[in-house]
Amino acid sequence: MILVHIETDLDGTASEVSLEAITFARNLSEAGGGVPVDAVVFNELSDDLHKELAAYGVRTVHRIGGDDVAAYSGAGWASAILTAREAARSVVVMAAGTDRGMELMAHVAARAGVAMAANVISFSGLAPFVVTRQVAGGAAREEMVLNQRPAVFTVAGHALEAQPATASGPADVVEHTPSIDAADLLARVVSSEEPEEDLSGALSSAKVVVGAGRGVGGADKFDDVLELTSLLGATLGVSRVVTSAGWRPHHEQVGQTGSRISPELYIPCGISGAIQHWAGCATAKNILAINSDAEAPMVTKATYAVIGDLHEIVPAINEEIKRRKG
Amino acid sequence: MATVPASAKVVVIGAGIVGNSLVHHLAKLGWTDIVQIDQGPLPNPGGSTGHASNFIFLTDHSREITDLTLDSVIQYKELGVFTECGGFEVARTEERMEELRRRMSSAKAWGIEAEIVSPAFVKEKVPFIEEDQIIGAFWQPGVGVVDSLRAGTIMREGAVASGALTTVPNVEVLGLDVEDGRIRRVRTDKGDIDAEYVVIACGVWSPKIGDMAGVSIPLTPAVHQMISVGPCPQLAGGTGEINFPIVRDMDTFCYERQHGADMEVGSYAHRAILMEPEDIPTIEQSKLSPTELPFTEEDFDPQLEQAFELMPDLLGADGAEIRYAINGLLSLTSDGSPILGESHVKGLWTAAAVWIKEGPGVGRAVAEWMTRGYSEIDVAHSDIARFHPHMLRREHTRLRTTESFIKTYGIIHPSEQYESDRPQRKSPMYSSQEKLGAEFFETAGWERPFWYASNAGLLDKYGDAVMPREHEWDSRWWSPIINAEHLAMRENAGVIDLSAFQILDIEGPGALDTVQRTCVAQCDVAVGKVIYTPVLDAKGGFLSDLTVMRLGDDHFRVVTGGAHGMADRHTFTAQLPEDGATTLTDRTDEISTIGLWGPVAREVLASLTSDDVSGEGFGMLSCREITVGPGIKVLASRISYVGELGWELYVAMGDALALWEALLEAGADKGVVPVGIGVYGTTGRIEKGYRAYGAELDAERSIVEAGMQRPKVKAADFVGREAYLAQREEAPKAVLCTMTVDDHTSASGIKRYMLGGEPILTRDGGTLTDGHGHHPYVTSAGSAPSLGKHVLLAYLPPEEARIGNELAVSYMEELYPVTVGSIDATSLFDPSNERMR
Amino acid sequence: MVPSPVNVLVAVKRVPDSSSEVLLTADEQAVDGSKAGFTTSPHEECAVEIATQVVAAGEGGGEATVVTLGDKDAAEQLRNALAVGCTQATHVVADAHTLGPIDIARELAAVVRDHEAAGRTHDLVLLGSDASDTGDFQVGIRLAYELGRPVVNGATTVTIEDGVAVAVGKGPEGQETYRVPLPAVVTIREGGVEPRYPSVKGRMAAKKVQIEEREPAAEHRGPQRVKLLLPPPTPSSVQILGEGAAAAPAVVDLFEQLGVLSR
Repeated sequence: MILVHIETDLDGTASEVSLEAITFARNLSEAGGGVPVDAVVFNELSDDLHKELAAYGVRTVHRIGGDDVAAYSGAGWASAILTAREAARSVVVMAAGTDRGMELMAHVAARAGVAMAANVISFSGLAPFVVTRQVAGGAAREEMVLNQRPAVFTVAGHALEAQPATASGPADVVEHTPSIDAADLLARVVSSEEPEEDLSGALSSAKVVVGAGRGVGGADKFDDVLELTSLLGATLGVSRVVTSAGWRPHHEQVGQTGSRISPELYIPCGISGAIQHWAGCATAKNILAINSDAEAPMVTKATYAVIGDLHEIVPAINEEIKRRKG
Repeated sequence: MATVPASAKVVVIGAGIVGNSLVHHLAKLGWTDIVQIDQGPLPNPGGSTGHASNFIFLTDHSREITDLTLDSVIQYKELGVFTECGGFEVARTEERMEELRRRMSSAKAWGIEAEIVSPAFVKEKVPFIEEDQIIGAFWQPGVGVVDSLRAGTIMREGAVASGALTTVPNVEVLGLDVEDGRIRRVRTDKGDIDAEYVVIACGVWSPKIGDMAGVSIPLTPAVHQMISVGPCPQLAGGTGEINFPIVRDMDTFCYERQHGADMEVGSYAHRAILMEPEDIPTIEQSKLSPTELPFTEEDFDPQLEQAFELMPDLLGADGAEIRYAINGLLSLTSDGSPILGESHVKGLWTAAAVWIKEGPGVGRAVAEWMTRGYSEIDVAHSDIARFHPHMLRREHTRLRTTESFIKTYGIIHPSEQYESDRPQRKSPMYSSQEKLGAEFFETAGWERPFWYASNAGLLDKYGDAVMPREHEWDSRWWSPIINAEHLAMRENAGVIDLSAFQILDIEGPGALDTVQRTCVAQCDVAVGKVIYTPVLDAKGGFLSDLTVMRLGDDHFRVVTGGAHGMADRHTFTAQLPEDGATTLTDRTDEISTIGLWGPVAREVLASLTSDDVSGEGFGMLSCREITVGPGIKVLASRISYVGELGWELYVAMGDALALWEALLEAGADKGVVPVGIGVYGTTGRIEKGYRAYGAELDAERSIVEAGMQRPKVKAADFVGREAYLAQREEAPKAVLCTMTVDDHTSASGIKRYMLGGEPILTRDGGTLTDGHGHHPYVTSAGSAPSLGKHVLLAYLPPEEARIGNELAVSYMEELYPVTVGSIDATSLFDPSNERMR
Repeated sequence: MVPSPVNVLVAVKRVPDSSSEVLLTADEQAVDGSKAGFTTSPHEECAVEIATQVVAAGEGGGEATVVTLGDKDAAEQLRNALAVGCTQATHVVADAHTLGPIDIARELAAVVRDHEAAGRTHDLVLLGSDASDTGDFQVGIRLAYELGRPVVNGATTVTIEDGVAVAVGKGPEGQETYRVPLPAVVTIREGGVEPRYPSVKGRMAAKKVQIEEREPAAEHRGPQRVKLLLPPPTPSSVQILGEGAAAAPAVVDLFEQLGVLSR
């Protein structure tokens, strides 16, 4: 059995990366002779989610509820996942490679006394079970053996495309209401609040992101890129250099230590494309680089590029947009 | 993606301060079709220029470096990128104060405004310094900082705008094609460029590029550590980049240089951290740039404490943080000079190992050199041709720079010897000389005895006539035995090992033409004649002085000093006809030279040979093969650089030891002793007023000024002939004079002896200026034991060149009286050359 | 409410700088930092800053101790942490890439236990949420299990209120706050604090601290790593739309073509 932890978006449906994780699990299942893929969901299981999971080939949904899991706690939720694993007799426990997915799988692995592989992108054998995962912010890969059971890992975001199952049936639902040890509830979310509204609030789900890097030249030189951001209804993302220099706040940072983005279009302006940054934007569908250095990695890796001074190019684009919009 | 032009007149590789200055000056001198490439982006391609601390101190003990610096400052000022801020070199020790006084001498000699000042003076200009830590300082108000990237950009863009230049960034050089000894093509990742000339001006990468054409460019990338501390409230509030003078804390090998609200602290105190050019990271691999390597704290920590001692309030200010710290790469060479000029591959030039302070000056000098064959500033010490084969090994550069790095701010004696990578070249007499207690100095890799401990007994014999020196600095790398050997040679005779001579045989149908074109003196002489001759550049400046022997109708042997031998070889090679029928063969390693001079020299030689060595049978300036002792074939040449009767004896290396021992044995009962280079190079020649290349003679001096003109000029053409003829028609702007020191007593009562480089002033300390606008300085200094005088040579303004004229020399900031003794080549000792007959 | 002294242990890792092209060591077991240099993993720079802030906010007497597991050169990371406010340092000398996350957690737990046996408590243990080279995302959590302490993962700020660690981080539903009793483990993500640069005085003081060096305490299982590899290079297929301002119309054409320009 393969057990996949599912994260949901605010509308209650499965997040894209969780669907990717299920797709990965199905591929693994096929290679392993069709062992069933189960899902584990905390708290709400909407009809939509139930149907969606069934369409992705999930055989059984383990819904975990009750007061002890109402608020998030890494240890508590992991203990509940292991309860579900017990029921499903899973040999694989996995999640999407989000912060939460990483945390839960680390707890699961620590509790089960087994290894955990983060950000897996593929597997190359079942006995031994060898996975390839992203390291160094995606700039390198590691082949790692997961020979203990359960094999615990997370699937890197956008390592593969989410695909519904070709043949799917209904999914059973098994309810669990575990009681959790008090010790596992010590570190528990006691309050959560919406982050302040800002331009980059939805970086990771933005359709268009305008990027700004060292080439902008200073905290007081963001007017052009901010105007472009606003004209496109886009979100601003910046490089680590920009936040380190204090030009923009950290929550706008795209990169290995900032947000991961995968927009339809990313427009990095004056960003050379260091590994640290590339780790956060590699999955953008289209990249339009604006840079004075035609050899900058960001330019050579981009889909489109304009070469020159961003402080000449961006205002010209802004004018052109305004002209066409009338 | 950009591509490169398919052909160019000249390709300049590198867009740092050197490459940019060079393309500017080439364009200015009329070159067109110039292509400049760099592996990195513009305006900062990632080389050493991009992270330079960009400050310029003016005074160096080397005239060449100082002149390049002063020319660069003028250019930076014209470009509007120079900010004058003044600079201190501060002393924490009395030994350093002496060195600062020497710097004062150099400043006066090179005409730079400077002053020795008190700690209070420093404190007034640099209020955050702990004045208790220092005892004095050398103040140069003209010190400043530059924007070298901006300067380079202006120069490059000017050349582009003039239509002479195409610059293509992000081009990687993959190869250099050489055909028939000429550069033909630069191969790059953006296409090939056919080129007549190529200049390697790519700093720390130059050796890698040079290797592509089989040209060794012996520099090594080395780390210089720097941190930037700030914001410091003491520095805030000023306008612009710099408001306080730069402080060089000489005794701790650190500098403190303001940069806005930050203080940059740089160090030369750490261990030498060298790299191979191939190991420098690529632009993609590096965090900041290829030449800004990760900082290694442990190397810098001791410096931090010393810097803190000097500026505790500033560096310890609340909120001041170490915001930037790098191991910056720069270029070092084994002798500290740049590497400029045409390599042995025709058309392939170098302009490397150049610092910010010399960049534009080097750009101009190399451009002039490429255009006219010479530069206004003499850059002979930087000529790539100077390196002997052993110096081209990377190991040599590595060892020597490791040794010298720590001396970047060190106190270096003018005669200081390197310890590493020795011995390289030993004469066959080396072991025998070791047994005699020889003190070996190195010249061109050769270990040469400067004096012999075995002659210490002569000190008693000659007593005070050996002119002992009381002060440690004056007597460092020196011994009174030199003067004792000198007196013994003048009394009896001396045997001198001259194996370091560079010996070049020119043979073939074009041999006569070659030497005639190269040399000033008439070389179309009878076989068996010896010629002493200057060698000039096209503007009539000295390239060398040397001797030529005509050994056959089509066979000439050139003998020149080892130190400058490779450059001379390059000069003669350049004059060989293209057809290949005439050849130059370097016989340095096959032939040893032993000198025998003194009143009993003829008697000693005659006792060992049956050949005629009489005055009638073997005249001055003639050479002939004789057989000495047990059948040793010797080419004897009757010539002298020490003013005594005698011969240079050229002998196969394998026979040299036997000849050496035979001469000493035959002379033993006649008082003949082995004599070191201390006599040959200094005391012997200075008593005779003989000029030395590199001291009195250089490319900025003429035959006329040196007082060496002969009544006639040969009809045959030679390089510099036209200029020389013109010089003969003009009144000289300076005149080489010989002076003696009248009184050596310093204020402290200790007698002091000048070593060279000191300024010559009026008796009361007034400045003298010659017709070139230069100030006179001592070109050579040394004992004249036979005269009992300390002798100084200097070029004086013509109106001061009067026998008996009373002037002064400034040594360690004290004046000593001197009197002019000779105003031409007439020697103070034995003026009619009786002793040589 | 009187603040009481808090003793913090912060674990840092020496990692290759990640701002340039990634290279692998010859044995394919680690990322090669010899060209770009090494640094402290970014999340841990923030952890060090939080450690010194927490200690400074507590009543006098608290101490920030920095620990690392790494080769001899990793002492540089300890000195850097000492230069910005940590006052003690422990160095487990071992090749980090020969140990797995399970091993490293055990080694750090051994340090905590040995220190506590010697009378030095570590009320709060801070680590980065993941190292920028190996990206394992688990050492802090495993350490918490080794020590039997609660763990908060991915906090960006930590303060101590009344003997309770208040950790705040970004979760799926916004800013999430945890209140955990001490002793506790918290892993840190970049973004909540600004790591400071060292001062000259700090640097000089750091040099004088005696670093406790120790051998690994236990046999290790190893990292389960077969090898590292680099993703195949993708040839550049960039389409240059133009140079300078003149390219603006082509850019806006592209916007229209991609449908990102609302009319």
